Amino acid sequence: MGIIKTDNLVFEYIRRDEDGNVEGINRAVDEVTLDIKQGDFIAVLGHNGSGKSTLAKHMNAILCPTEGTIWVDGRDTQEESELWNIRQTAGMVFQNPDNQIIGQVVEEDVGFGPENMGIPTAEIWERVNESLRAVGMYEFRKYSPNKLSGGQKQRVSIAGVLAMHPKCIVLDEPTAMLDPNGRKEVVRAVRALNDVENVTVILITHYMEEIIHADRVFVMDEGRIAMEGTPREIFSQVEKLKELRLDAPQATLLAYELQRRGIALPNGILSRDELVDEIRKYQNAHK
Amino acid sequence: MLRDITLGQYYQTESVIHRLDPRVKLSGTVIFIISLFLFDNFWGYLCAAALLGIVIGLSHVPFKFMIKGMRSIMILLMFTVIFNLFLTPGEVVVSFWKLQITKEGIFMALQMIVRLSMLIIGSSIMTLTTTPNNLTDGMEKGMRPLTWIRVPVHEIAMMMSIALRFIPILMEETDKIMKAQIARGADFESGNIFKKAKAMVPLLVPLFISAFRRANDLAMAMEARCYRGGEGRTKMKPLIYKKRDVLAYLVLFTYLAGSITVGRILF
Repeated sequence: MGIIKTDNLVFEYIRRDEDGNVEGINRAVDEVTLDIKQGDFIAVLGHNGSGKSTLAKHMNAILCPTEGTIWVDGRDTQEESELWNIRQTAGMVFQNPDNQIIGQVVEEDVGFGPENMGIPTAEIWERVNESLRAVGMYEFRKYSPNKLSGGQKQRVSIAGVLAMHPKCIVLDEPTAMLDPNGRKEVVRAVRALNDVENVTVILITHYMEEIIHADRVFVMDEGRIAMEGTPREIFSQVEKLKELRLDAPQATLLAYELQRRGIALPNGILSRDELVDEIRKYQNAHK
Repeated sequence: MLRDITLGQYYQTESVIHRLDPRVKLSGTVIFIISLFLFDNFWGYLCAAALLGIVIGLSHVPFKFMIKGMRSIMILLMFTVIFNLFLTPGEVVVSFWKLQITKEGIFMALQMIVRLSMLIIGSSIMTLTTTPNNLTDGMEKGMRPLTWIRVPVHEIAMMMSIALRFIPILMEETDKIMKAQIARGADFESGNIFKKAKAMVPLLVPLFISAFRRANDLAMAMEARCYRGGEGRTKMKPLIYKKRDVLAYLVLFTYLAGSITVGRILF
């Protein structure tokens, strides 16, 4: 069994009117079954309201499934006694950097998780310093979070989760409120965690550029998993992506358009460099 | 326009007083204030003034920062002085029209001036030399005995530190909303006080909504990081009494004992 496994996971939001009568039921997650291996870099894609955030909140036991089961590191999230172990195993980073930093100094915020876990003081310091170094924020440890940029704040949030030594980090659209530079910073930090520390990363996003490096991609639509595969497999199906109201990266789109005009390029080109190479090859072949 | 408000009045510098444990400073301030109201003679005030002088000297905070706090109580001070001066019965010194100043009145008024100004200076030394963060930590640990009578000490301290963290964020937000409303033709500047107060409504409603949303998000983020109240929590920066703190306590108790007895012995 992988680090996170779900079996026919269903979650329904129940809308109620003022008297508490049920007005309607929104099925945000609909029979999702997946299995995530330890150490993988997973990306979950989907347009707004596709259920990807709801799914993410299940991985940290913030939400409990209406039907079906989710296991985090072999623990059923429905079991009350396992709640804190689960939250320790699967850390979570949210969208708004301001609303998840608790401490008034960077290092204090990073220490918040370990403090809650009851770690001895000396070890808290070790963990804090090591996590801040891992995300490249060590020089800022004495700063007030209010003086940092969005990307820096989000890296502090990641360090805060990392200090709890989780096996898995779930990032719920961590870059949605950042500028392009901040986005790059955060994605770089996340990739480093996955490569160096071998932490399982589940990155939820709607920026296509961020999923290129993922080991596996899930595309969600209306609460279901609509596509699944490596980034290359996903991006070779540009038509289907368009159907799901998602854009492919620019290089992929350009390659797709060129293909349609009869230039024989391979499917699933992901980056600009790759595209340039392939076009060169094509040119050389057709001289 | 709202950026310049500084939080608290912490004065950044290096001194013994700055490094003291916040619990020492908190209890010191309380003891000092109580002692001010216990004295009934000149010698007690002399002791208090001496202690205050030494602490001010040690704190390396310029004296004018302490005086700043006085401005806010000027009116209060004037009222107490006037009331004490004219309304204390006793041996009449000066009298005109229906009012009379008594000897006791003058004495009381002087005493009030000394008490209040020492009180303000004494407590502003605490806020000038302790970061708000440190202060909440000190309160949390110093008031732990109150959990016995079910005062949620940890929760109160946590709320205070979160409030401190969010004040600048909400300030920024207020600024943004203000600009957005001005861009839509809202007028916050003109009109009388009632009109101005009414103009704040389109500012406060979105601010409140966003504050609640933030609170909700933050609560979720805290839970996701295993926060479950004060129980079983360790501290990253625990407060531990050092030699200087013990010494400060000693000084405090000698002061308290000395200042109470000195007057009694001499008279």
